[in-house]
Amino acid sequence: MKFLPMSLLVAAVALSACTNPNRFGNDDALSTPANPAGTAGLNGIVPGSANDPTSTAYFNQTVGDRVLFLIDQSTLTAEGRSTLDGQAGWLMTNSDYQAIIEGHADEQGTREYNLALGARRANAVREYLLSKGVPASRLRVVSYGKERPIEICSNEACYAKNRRAVTVLAGGQTS
Amino acid sequence: MKFLSIFAALICALGLATAVSAQQGPLRITIEEGIIQPLPFAVPDFQAETGEAGQLAGDLARVIAADLQGTGVFREIPNSAYIAQYDDFNAPVSFPDWKAINAQALVTGAVSVSGNNVNVKFRVYDVVSGTNLGEGLQFSGTTDGWRRMAHKVADEVYSRITGEGGYFDSRVVYVSETGPKDDRKKRLAIMDYDGANVSYLTDSNAIVLAPRFSPSGDRVLYTSYESGFPRIYVLDIGSVQQRVLESAEGTMSFAPRFSPSGNTVVFSISQGGNTDIYSMDIGSGQSVRLTNTPAIETAPSYNPDGSQIVFESDRSGTPQLYIMSASGGEARRISFGEGRYGTPVWSPRGDLVAFTKQHAGRFHIGVMRTDGSEERLLTASFLDEGPTWSPNGRVIMFTRETQGEGGASSLYSVDITGRVLRQVNTPEGGSDPSWSPLQQ
Repeated sequence: MKFLPMSLLVAAVALSACTNPNRFGNDDALSTPANPAGTAGLNGIVPGSANDPTSTAYFNQTVGDRVLFLIDQSTLTAEGRSTLDGQAGWLMTNSDYQAIIEGHADEQGTREYNLALGARRANAVREYLLSKGVPASRLRVVSYGKERPIEICSNEACYAKNRRAVTVLAGGQTS
Repeated sequence: MKFLSIFAALICALGLATAVSAQQGPLRITIEEGIIQPLPFAVPDFQAETGEAGQLAGDLARVIAADLQGTGVFREIPNSAYIAQYDDFNAPVSFPDWKAINAQALVTGAVSVSGNNVNVKFRVYDVVSGTNLGEGLQFSGTTDGWRRMAHKVADEVYSRITGEGGYFDSRVVYVSETGPKDDRKKRLAIMDYDGANVSYLTDSNAIVLAPRFSPSGDRVLYTSYESGFPRIYVLDIGSVQQRVLESAEGTMSFAPRFSPSGNTVVFSISQGGNTDIYSMDIGSGQSVRLTNTPAIETAPSYNPDGSQIVFESDRSGTPQLYIMSASGGEARRISFGEGRYGTPVWSPRGDLVAFTKQHAGRFHIGVMRTDGSEERLLTASFLDEGPTWSPNGRVIMFTRETQGEGGASSLYSVDITGRVLRQVNTPEGGSDPSWSPLQQ
């Protein structure tokens, strides 16, 4: 059993009153500086918003929900491992959440190969999170291959962002 | 359901007095690689034997001509060039008039309509020798199946002149696509091989991928994200009922194909980041693991007798093509050219493997012999992939995706000489075609 910082506990209590706490990725919150856990008072924190450190929005925007890969690679980069250290820490703290790790590929490559490559990438993230102590029971993987690009141009600037594994939170307080 | 309407194919020889048809005309074109001179032919509008048949008389001739012309093996002589008037199926053919416009083959026909029933008769002539090419035939069917009757006539003409099986009376199941690249909607669709008679088999609520016909054309395997994870479904085309195939929790399955018997599915399972090939008995759900390496092994395809499987693996470091026994075990590599090879598909004739090749920033559809020799690339573009064979192994249909922000997929076909490349018209975008066997 881990003890939560007081500020997180309070936030969790505040969240429990909310019917759909992890549904809202509030884009407006991107324009305000993130509010690191424990360093600021609770005044002004909107439960579920990006400055609520127990929120999905906070995970997505401040911790970072995705890691990127080199062409045809599923090896984690140093930057990717650093992001995943943050994800692991957050998941250990916010133990109500499950996560689905989505593996994606860029459009270069056949549909079938890219499905398999996306599976490798998602699994690389899963293995890393497991190694940091996140229980296997909370992590699932899915590959979308090249079916779900987020950037649509056909050059490396877009491909680099599409070669990704995204940790998508599910559950939370309502689960 | 319209696409189901069973076409009662009643084929019988017309009792021709000229039943000396054992005398084979010398008209023959052999389909070979390299340049061939397309054979000029004429198909005048059929004779309308009943008043209601007027429209069909022209439509049938147009579909037959389009089928033959589309092969690249034949060249239609337009009816504006005709000297002879054709309006009587039983009148003697004036061969000099057809010879004068350089027609080497002539197809004549007659159609009658009675209520919902259509009767079509046709004959094929070798103009040069002035003889019948085979016997006259007649087909009966329903009015809404008239295109199938035209395709059957064209298949007969094609077979008689080339000596090979036809492919026009066939269907294609594919993924119909709408929307931008980052919000693409996909649903399964089925159509005639030429893009006519499209109907939809699923909705677009979940991603669907790579449908594959069963050997008898009655079922389709495909991959769907309906459960949130890629899993393989089998859909009965007649009832449009689907069911998911067995799969273990925490795994993903995709890239299915039927065995030639239709009782077994070969496919990929991803588990723990590793993708291997399995086969499954559809009836019992029992599966067998066929590959067991840390590499990606996917896109399996049986040979026509079901004893071997060609597949793609990156065990050498890049994706390449391999052949193994249908029961697994040692595999031998067959692709050795530069670049990355994927999605191999064994031809129905057994002689070739079609594949996708990625090299120097371009994609190609190609063919090679099953020992890897005589590799030939048939297409080149920003992104070509996923070949499927026509029932006679002479034409390949595939997906072509255009580049950039407005990139979209469509279906193309190319003959195995690489000379005849054409887009297949579909109402929406299209990808992942799978060609049916010839319909019965």
